[in-house]
Amino acid sequence: MNAPSYNFAYLDEQTKRMIRRAILKAIATPGYQVPFASREMPMPYGWGTGGVQVTAAILGPDDVLKVIDQGSDDTTNAISIRKFFGKTAGVATTTSTAEATVIQTRHRIPEAPLHGGQVLVYQVPIPEPLRFLEPRETETRRMHALGEYGLMHVKLYEDIARFGHIATSYAYPVKVNARYVMDPSPTPKFDNPKMDNCPALQLFGAGREKRIYAIPPHTNVVSLDFEDHPFARYRFDAPCALCGAGDSYLDEIVTDDKGGRMFVCSDTDYCETRQAAGHRGSESAAPHREVAHG
Amino acid sequence: MVEPRSDGLEDPPLLVAEGLGKDYGRLTACKDVSFVLYPGEVLAVVGESGSGKSTLLQLLSAQLTPSAGRVSYRMRDGMLRDLAALGEAERRFLFRTDWGYVHQDPAQGLRMAVSAGANVGERLMAVGWNHYGRIRDTASSWLQRVEIDTARIDDAPRTYSGGMRQRLQIARNLVTEPRLVLMDEPTGGLDVSVQARLLDLMRNLVNELGLAAVVVTHDLAVARLLSHRVMVMKDGRVIETGLTDQVLDDPREPYTQLLVSSILPV
Repeated sequence: MNAPSYNFAYLDEQTKRMIRRAILKAIATPGYQVPFASREMPMPYGWGTGGVQVTAAILGPDDVLKVIDQGSDDTTNAISIRKFFGKTAGVATTTSTAEATVIQTRHRIPEAPLHGGQVLVYQVPIPEPLRFLEPRETETRRMHALGEYGLMHVKLYEDIARFGHIATSYAYPVKVNARYVMDPSPTPKFDNPKMDNCPALQLFGAGREKRIYAIPPHTNVVSLDFEDHPFARYRFDAPCALCGAGDSYLDEIVTDDKGGRMFVCSDTDYCETRQAAGHRGSESAAPHREVAHG
Repeated sequence: MVEPRSDGLEDPPLLVAEGLGKDYGRLTACKDVSFVLYPGEVLAVVGESGSGKSTLLQLLSAQLTPSAGRVSYRMRDGMLRDLAALGEAERRFLFRTDWGYVHQDPAQGLRMAVSAGANVGERLMAVGWNHYGRIRDTASSWLQRVEIDTARIDDAPRTYSGGMRQRLQIARNLVTEPRLVLMDEPTGGLDVSVQARLLDLMRNLVNELGLAAVVVTHDLAVARLLSHRVMVMKDGRVIETGLTDQVLDDPREPYTQLLVSSILPV
């Protein structure tokens, strides 16, 4: 450890134990929001304080950590958190999805399939899926306890009534293990099917709201819908402009001030891995053509 | 206090209140109220404000725990059950299926920010309806029944007038075909012509659906139009009870006489 003034992974051992207890309880009741004594972290709320505490509590010296922010390994938030644990825990870090044992994520699930033994830690701003329809916490907890989820469909109904289809495109509610309705954090609904029967453990930490919840490996996760308006994954019209992938979630990148734009994989590791393997998209620096935009 | 059923039908009672009372510390809001409500019967509870009418309604709907006495309800399986002995899940299920509760202020009974269609459909979705088209069709047919233009199905009730809100609230309550509807001053705060239409609508629906209802009101005209029986309350006690026409045309108690004679002649 190169920063002896910190305890391993920043948090003290008592706090980590408290968080681990909450995590165990969360795993035992998939989708249930377990309250925990969230600590002040050296970063503002909303920057991933929940995810950081969960990561700190589960991190061991042999772990390999990857941090992504909207799929990207190289945004400020991702780099800061990766460096934070590099400094306070001295763990190895990586940008490769396959090599990582712990992946902390904000708003995406990696494109490459996760495998058993990996842990995906989500940063969650608002853990309560019913919050915008029912502002009282006492009431939402009762609704979860009694499994009264009619209200969740009211939201989807409103979508269809207004837009003709379910327009919720992120934080799309799911039912976990046929019991609790859960907010998958603001991941795009494109990622929802990846949560179902996932071999990796998925942990969710909401620091400001002081809640931890979990999806154990190989758990049934169903996106809510109507019989006549079934859940549909978002589709893109074109493949990634850099690696040509047709199966990934794309970001829109504005390339100039004349309306030029390109669509590229939001998962940078996936995109780079594919480019290294020789896949090319329409805008990539392929040998036979010039780069279209500087 | 319990009146025998006049038409001689042997239907078992739907709701039985026995010696109901509620104290708030030294204050007695409601004391020793007993009555039996039969299916299809409309009971009006009248009295001036502060007489314990609303407390009684909340006791009947198990929103308040009584300090004394009990309320029993005949469930759909025919068993008469003590409401206090029901689990919370059962009670809440009852509340959104077999019962309706019409608030005086529609904002309390509606979700003002979601569309009228979703307001009506919510109870259906809560009992597991999972087909958008069918939910919407049912909601729209209910809007028609309560005389709301179906073109406004996607508008939020906050854009509705007071009378429309109240009608929407009634539709929302009746969509699961409840057997008992509790109404707290359903026409309060509406102007007279709107009141008349609403009363007309409620009377038709109650007849059509064979609803049992307890209507709390300070308006004797509402009691006369809607109810079969009347219970007069004063200071938390029932002071007179009987058939509506009988009580209103020939009141026995001095207080009831005062109430009846207090109506301004038009």
